[in-house]
Amino acid sequence: MTKAEARERKKKEKKEKKQKKEKKAKKKEGKPAAENGDVLLLVGTVKGAFVVRSDKKRSKWKIEGPHFPGESVYAMAYDERGGRQRLLAATRSFFFGSVIRTSDDFGKTWTAPERQNIKFPEDSGLSLVQVWQITPGPADDPGLLWAGVEPHCLFESHDGGDSWTVVEGLLKHEHRPKWTPGNGGLCLHTIIPDPENRERMVVAMSTGGVYRTDDGGKSWKPRNNGVRAQFLPDKHPEFGQCVHKIVHHPARPGTLFLQNHWGLYRSDDWGDTWKDIANGVPSDFGFAMQMHPHDKDTVYIVPVESDGFRAAPERKLRVYRTRNGGKSWKPLTEGLPQEGSYDLVLRDALTADSHDKVGVYFGTRAGKLFASANEGSSWSSISDSLPSIVCVKAAVVGGAT
Amino acid sequence: MVTFELPNALMPFARGLGEVRVEDARGTVREALVRLGATHPGIVERVLTEQGEVREHVNLFVGEENIRFLKGLATPVAEGETITIVPAVSGG
Repeated sequence: MTKAEARERKKKEKKEKKQKKEKKAKKKEGKPAAENGDVLLLVGTVKGAFVVRSDKKRSKWKIEGPHFPGESVYAMAYDERGGRQRLLAATRSFFFGSVIRTSDDFGKTWTAPERQNIKFPEDSGLSLVQVWQITPGPADDPGLLWAGVEPHCLFESHDGGDSWTVVEGLLKHEHRPKWTPGNGGLCLHTIIPDPENRERMVVAMSTGGVYRTDDGGKSWKPRNNGVRAQFLPDKHPEFGQCVHKIVHHPARPGTLFLQNHWGLYRSDDWGDTWKDIANGVPSDFGFAMQMHPHDKDTVYIVPVESDGFRAAPERKLRVYRTRNGGKSWKPLTEGLPQEGSYDLVLRDALTADSHDKVGVYFGTRAGKLFASANEGSSWSSISDSLPSIVCVKAAVVGGAT
Repeated sequence: MVTFELPNALMPFARGLGEVRVEDARGTVREALVRLGATHPGIVERVLTEQGEVREHVNLFVGEENIRFLKGLATPVAEGETITIVPAVSGG
């Protein structure tokens, strides 16, 4: 081959390589940001948020982030109502306050509101510390969302999360002066709207307990009958319990499961009365609780040794599952550390996707993220080195398949 | 005129600039912030809470003096002075 031929050949190869690269980039560009059936894990940490993605097989995960590096993210949500595909994240700067941001391209870009889009009225005497929960409303009202915040209060949005107004009935509640902060602060962390009755909703607060409205938020009554307050002289006050999480199944909305600051409970009357269901768990102290999306008797929890020593009981990291509405609980351990574990799973760091074979996920204070693609029967690690995880929310793009 | 010097995190609320000059802002720090808020509300909402107090982990300096050790938001600001907004050296 002559020098000229070699030069020509090299030129041709370079051109082909360039064309191949362009073709690949074009293909990638045309590919949708996410495909139906993909699973999203929205992971909030004390140093930013991560969007963790997989296809429906849930065997390989891609971690994207951190978004909002340096800011803590205690609440995230995915909202697919009204034809959008919106991520929501409540970000808190250690210095400059909290806002709710949204992304309609799976986290490629986020809104950066100039004004604080969620804040207390000046005459309330209160200032927002952070957002603890974001809950999309019903499918037939796609603009409606709720946010639970610290200090204890509820906000609602009617424009998909861009602007928020306070729910006056809770803001001006007569019990407010008597609600006291738990270790995590004065937070309203659980929001359970009744899918059958727009006027009814249950919220839970640390520390304040369970409250229910039956008139669309105008008035709220404490619903803590049977839930103990281990840390108070009166163990069964009307309110003041430190409830950590409540879940329910939309197909049987009046049955609630509650993880308390000591105590596991079930109510079959929208919280009017509660019964102890801590049957066979190593500790009834814990934070996290997750409902199975397809089975109204299946609930997951992660017990914690005690309030004084917030670590895995007996140094074994175990998720417990009931399949009979709390009559009995079974430990799920395969793939999880069964010795030397000091892990702690916080109230919003346990979640499930809605595939037929449900995926269950949780994150720990030590930055470990675990996944199960078989309803908790076995677990694998997605990451063991994220920042301290404070929330994990799972979603299936396009709904369950 | 009073000049506000901004930390990097607040520059997006001033079109990327590191300082904002405000006419007729002399008086107190609170009055200067009110004037600033008329044109740059995003900055002021990140410095003050809903109750009009300086956020816990934000420091304001008039010249080289931290207003926490002067008269707080009532600290006087003279024509030509600079107010520097500084995130506290804290956190983990």
